Amino acid sequence: MWNLLQIELFKISKRPRTYIAFAAIAAIVFIFQFAFKADGQSYMNLMLQSVKDSFEFERTKAINGYFMCYIILNTLLVQLPILVALIAADSISGEANMGTLRLLITKPISRTQLILVKFAAATIFTILLLVWMAIISLFFSLLIFGADDMLIFRSKGDESQILLISQDDVMWRYLAAFAYATVALTVIAALSLFLSIFADNSIGPIIATVCIVLVCTIISNINVPIIDKNVRPFLFTSYLVGWKGFFYIATTEDGVPIKGSVENWAAIRNSLTILLLHIGVLLGASVFIFRKKDILS
Amino acid sequence: MSEIIKVNHLSKQFKDTKAVDDLSFTVNEGDVYGFLGQNGAGKSTTIRMLLSLITPSEGDIIIFGKKLQTHRSEILAQVGAVIEKPDLYKYLSAYDNLSIFAKMSGTKVSRELLMQQLEMVGLADRAKGKVETFSQGMKQRLGIAVALVHNPALIILDEPTNGLDPQGIADMRNLILRLSREMGKTILISSHLLSEIELIANRMIILHKGKKMVEGSVAELLDPEHSLIQLETTNDAAAKEKLLQSKWADVLQEGNSIRLLMNKQTVPQLISDLVGLDVSILSVNSSHSLENYFLSLTTLSGHVEPFAN
Repeated sequence: MWNLLQIELFKISKRPRTYIAFAAIAAIVFIFQFAFKADGQSYMNLMLQSVKDSFEFERTKAINGYFMCYIILNTLLVQLPILVALIAADSISGEANMGTLRLLITKPISRTQLILVKFAAATIFTILLLVWMAIISLFFSLLIFGADDMLIFRSKGDESQILLISQDDVMWRYLAAFAYATVALTVIAALSLFLSIFADNSIGPIIATVCIVLVCTIISNINVPIIDKNVRPFLFTSYLVGWKGFFYIATTEDGVPIKGSVENWAAIRNSLTILLLHIGVLLGASVFIFRKKDILS
Repeated sequence: MSEIIKVNHLSKQFKDTKAVDDLSFTVNEGDVYGFLGQNGAGKSTTIRMLLSLITPSEGDIIIFGKKLQTHRSEILAQVGAVIEKPDLYKYLSAYDNLSIFAKMSGTKVSRELLMQQLEMVGLADRAKGKVETFSQGMKQRLGIAVALVHNPALIILDEPTNGLDPQGIADMRNLILRLSREMGKTILISSHLLSEIELIANRMIILHKGKKMVEGSVAELLDPEHSLIQLETTNDAAAKEKLLQSKWADVLQEGNSIRLLMNKQTVPQLISDLVGLDVSILSVNSSHSLENYFLSLTTLSGHVEPFAN
């Protein structure tokens, strides 16, 4: 199995399209960092406009490395599924398109092994993508903007809330958030892999993955009670941004943030469970269907 | 001589089409077994079932004395295959492709052995070249190297000469003969190039519309003692009825047309008997070469498609 995984990772590393995702992330992050370095204060003034009288904070320190990483994650984690789909949706369909799937199946490896190895490789790619993102969005931002306490703008129902997290209480939250994002994006990898079983070229599964994510995201954001209650809880897209939960710090009755706390651990656990269930179901279905599939292409 | 492949009553149904219909055959150790048939005859479907790419609807496949369904990995570890065109990873080098597939076959191979394989197929000087820069012939040769890298006992080649120039075809023929004669490999080869099969195979099967038409040794099937005589009469159905009642019933072949597998020297006697049975003969043809034999079988069964030669 390890031998097969090494082969799979070697093949991924040799494909030019693998590096498109890394280059795209770097480009977006650097544009963000440049824009905030040049004129971040205007953004901060706009965000703090409504609370300028009641909230005391040194605005020049508000734009720091931790805050920048949060802003970047908030924007990029919506686009990352497309980049993950680029590789994962190619897993089986790409082999079928090249004609190498026939050769793979005639080797003494089981179809279950093949799917599991493809999934593991897609997951490793996802992890590497997030590690790369962490390096450039967190560590580069810290280098460029420095470290300080972190401001979080949060919409809670009709209210807007501003949270302040002490800088020595931030790093573990980022580690947890990236770990959570890995699980969330692995659902996308599992979905793309599942769709790639049915296709003979990778374009179809990539488009299908993006469409499913798009449709489910729209449904997840429709504020209609019947959907809220009966559909939303079962859609993986409802939990993709669950990483933010690690930054919603619990406060005392007086509104003082409690260091090392998270407002709703239960919600995070619930989100992770549902995401893991999605991975399990999609992977199980992929194995089941692929084992029975006639390889004609 | 032990049986390497034994296929029993194999069938494959695709929705409304029966691609393979109740097919049985045996490939013995050391055979170069020719698999012949026109497009859509069921050759590729059968080969794909032998390689577990397709699940049979009915029937058994036994390879090396073990059932393919239950001993898949064990069997495939001893099989090398080229299925139609040899599709490889175009963005990788010849060496990397060979190395990857050797590892997948569960074989630990040294750099020297990989280079030897490339040398054998004449690609040692292009080991580092990306496959996307290779000609069709070079890809085909690399495909053969991939099929042989783990030293399999059984080699299955589906249309291995597709897209090759005459020199490439000759090289491929020599390689197959070497593998069979010098290395003792058992080879199953399908091809449209009947003349090629005639030159390299010792046994063969002819498929038509998913069914076996004939199986046997190439020498026997080409023996003038076993010429295929085909007759055209004014009323084939009636003539066939009369032949079935005569001493010629044993050599009469199945099908709507009149075909008899017999010694050519006895044709005058046949004609004389038919005249005696009041059958009006329009033409008599005799087939000797495998190609004629193949044509006569498939044409007379009512359906002919153009095929490459």
